[in-house]
Amino acid sequence: MENTIVKAENYNSYFGDNHVVKDVNISINKNEVIAVMGPSGCGKTTFLRGINRMHELIPGATSKGKILLDGENVYDMNAIYVRYKIGMVFQRPNPFPNLSIYENVVAGYMLNGLKVSKADKDVIVERSLTSAALWKEVKDSLHKKGTFLSGGQQQRLCIARAIAMQPELILFDEPTSALDPISTSSVEALFHELKANYTLIIVTHNMQQAARVSDRTAFFYMGELVEFDDTKQMFTNPHDQRTQNYITGRFS
Amino acid sequence: MDQRIGIRNTKSVLFKGLIIFFAFVITIPLIIVLLYIIKQGITQVNWHFLTHVPAPPGEKGGGIANALMGSLIMVVMASIVAVPIGMLAGIYLSENPRTKLAYYSGLCVDILQGVPSIVVGIVMYFWLVKPFGGFSAIAGSVALAIMMLPIIIRSTEQTLKLLPDSLKEAALSLGVPYHRVILKVLVPCGFAGILSGITLSIARIIGETAPLLFTALGNNYFSTNITGQMESLPHVIFTYATSPYDDWHDLAWGASFILLLFVLTLNIVTKLLTRKWKIQL
Amino acid sequence: MSIVLVLVIIGVLITLIIESMPSIKSLGIGFLWGKVWDPVQNIYGAYPFLLGTLLTSFTALIISVPFSYAIAIYLGEYNPKGWLSDLLKNTIELIAAVPSIIYGFWGIFVLVPIIRTFELKIGVAPYGVGICTSSLVLAVMIIPYAASLGITLIRMVPSPLKEGAYALGATRFEVIRSVILPFTRTGLFAGVLLSLGRALGETMAVTMLIGNTTQIASTFKEIFFGPGNTMASVIANEFTEADHTLYVSALIELGLVLFFVTVIVNLIGKRIISKATNN
Repeated sequence: MENTIVKAENYNSYFGDNHVVKDVNISINKNEVIAVMGPSGCGKTTFLRGINRMHELIPGATSKGKILLDGENVYDMNAIYVRYKIGMVFQRPNPFPNLSIYENVVAGYMLNGLKVSKADKDVIVERSLTSAALWKEVKDSLHKKGTFLSGGQQQRLCIARAIAMQPELILFDEPTSALDPISTSSVEALFHELKANYTLIIVTHNMQQAARVSDRTAFFYMGELVEFDDTKQMFTNPHDQRTQNYITGRFS
Repeated sequence: MDQRIGIRNTKSVLFKGLIIFFAFVITIPLIIVLLYIIKQGITQVNWHFLTHVPAPPGEKGGGIANALMGSLIMVVMASIVAVPIGMLAGIYLSENPRTKLAYYSGLCVDILQGVPSIVVGIVMYFWLVKPFGGFSAIAGSVALAIMMLPIIIRSTEQTLKLLPDSLKEAALSLGVPYHRVILKVLVPCGFAGILSGITLSIARIIGETAPLLFTALGNNYFSTNITGQMESLPHVIFTYATSPYDDWHDLAWGASFILLLFVLTLNIVTKLLTRKWKIQL
Repeated sequence: MSIVLVLVIIGVLITLIIESMPSIKSLGIGFLWGKVWDPVQNIYGAYPFLLGTLLTSFTALIISVPFSYAIAIYLGEYNPKGWLSDLLKNTIELIAAVPSIIYGFWGIFVLVPIIRTFELKIGVAPYGVGICTSSLVLAVMIIPYAASLGITLIRMVPSPLKEGAYALGATRFEVIRSVILPFTRTGLFAGVLLSLGRALGETMAVTMLIGNTTQIASTFKEIFFGPGNTMASVIANEFTEADHTLYVSALIELGLVLFFVTVIVNLIGKRIISKATNN
């Protein structure tokens, strides 16, 4: 079990009295790509945001249970440190509009006041943008603001920004739902490359995407983790009737 | 039926005409006021006017140098007090909209906005003039600062509220502590909007006389002593306009012209900043 | 950070307390309808100033309302976009931006002589200054407040509502009268309240144009066209000359009354607005 990077034990999430994530137990290994799918309102995003403690930022939001990152419960750690160690990419690309592309990539360091030499920053920027498959497209406009980039490019910039912090785990909250098909496939291709160095958990409402990109898939329904299995297995021969219904499109 | 429709149509057109008339007629007084001030005042303004203190009644010449310097000093001092407090309060209100503290402070901001400027003046007299034995520019600046606060607080709060949540989330997800998110992400992004609130509040107080009547009063001599009486543009207009001397009336016209110029410029700057801010959004 | 804000609140509260303290030494409730203000004999009655304030403010309000409404309807309904409407909108904002002493100053030299000639024509003493003059200038000054609020509210009227009326064959005037105005009625009223709040507290322009007398004339015509005084202007004029404590605290009590009246009017107005814009 030393290969486990994230483990949820009896994890529950609430919005006030509303019990939205019910008793989740799941174990994720290093360098896996995990898809989390399910119909709208099933709790998948809430669960994801519980991992890096973004959930509790919403007024009235609470949680119970444990989420272990490399064996340590994130709820016993300093929340800011947890977010620092875990990367997150959101549904809508959100680069900082007042910073240049260069500055956006190293924003995690700069905003935290960490002293990094210019040479080191250059290295980080190039490495992160390359990993995000954006380097060639922007290397001559690093000091322009990112607003001229297309949606897909902006999202890859956000991925670069997350990677720059060298997290072990990167969380993706429906990262391509706001993108056009071409940008979507470029981001999906990225998942495949990132897997070598990072562990990815991707929430998606697009079943086909889950089938395309992930090693294992988790299916959430009404707040419960219904099934968690090898992606191929899940999509050809699911164990639970609810999973079967979802895959065959009985409800979306 | 056709006849009825005709009548109704005519009524509608007449009504529109009436509305247009009333709407545009109101620009006439403004134009008259502006033109008159410009006509009377522009002849007064020259280098001498801007760099000399007023001459005694009966003597020609003189200027408003003391008033200009006084206004400048007091506006700067008022801003130094009001801007940080106002911005912090605005940040607090935008980030914590549902607490009791937020409700009551919001109420107080609304109250402050409605308080007549002369009441602020009297209160300042009791706080900062009487106990210290004399009128002072400090007292005047604090009075002005109190009048600036509601504008700065509200505009900071609204600017920050308009920023998309995704910005805050992006920063937080990078592990940036909360106060840095505000200082290094939200405030810089909303800078144009916040600044426009500041310029608006300056435009507002630069012409305020009533709060200064009992605090800084006026001073016929050029002074930079902030613990003493200090002259200011609006006050000098008040004193000279209501005086019986024609020379002083002339000075008042010139001062009005300068004041109008400042106010107009600041308002234009505010508009430009607001536009830049809206585009960025 | 919140400590800073608490200071702001405490500041306002202390303001209230300090203001009440001097008036505690003051003359009781009869103060409000005492008709004589005579510092020399130490008799203080606020009635002349209440009268002056109310007369000027309400006259200004009545004069300004048609203009504010017209602007609101024009810019909200007839012509919401375009260079002409931007021009008009900026002009209105400019009216609000001009400092009040400039209005007062201009009033003395331009408006007063005109009013004087007018007063001669109608057979009143030609003071020139007075309630009438102040009301006119005040009216112009407060137009922007109701107008800009009105514009926002009228633009908020949902299109489906208007389109329903048009589809029934209503003329533009009828749509305005039967759909837009009823819909925005409370909000427009709030705008009027805000204008009133502004008028009540206006000091400088009024002080320069009101004539500063503490007597009340006998006929309405004389009151209206003659000099008077408002709470704000009497404070402005006499505060620095008030030499004994009763005098001072009487003035302070006027300030307290002014404070409460303006704050209440403004708060009611704001409350109505927030209800209207949140719906």
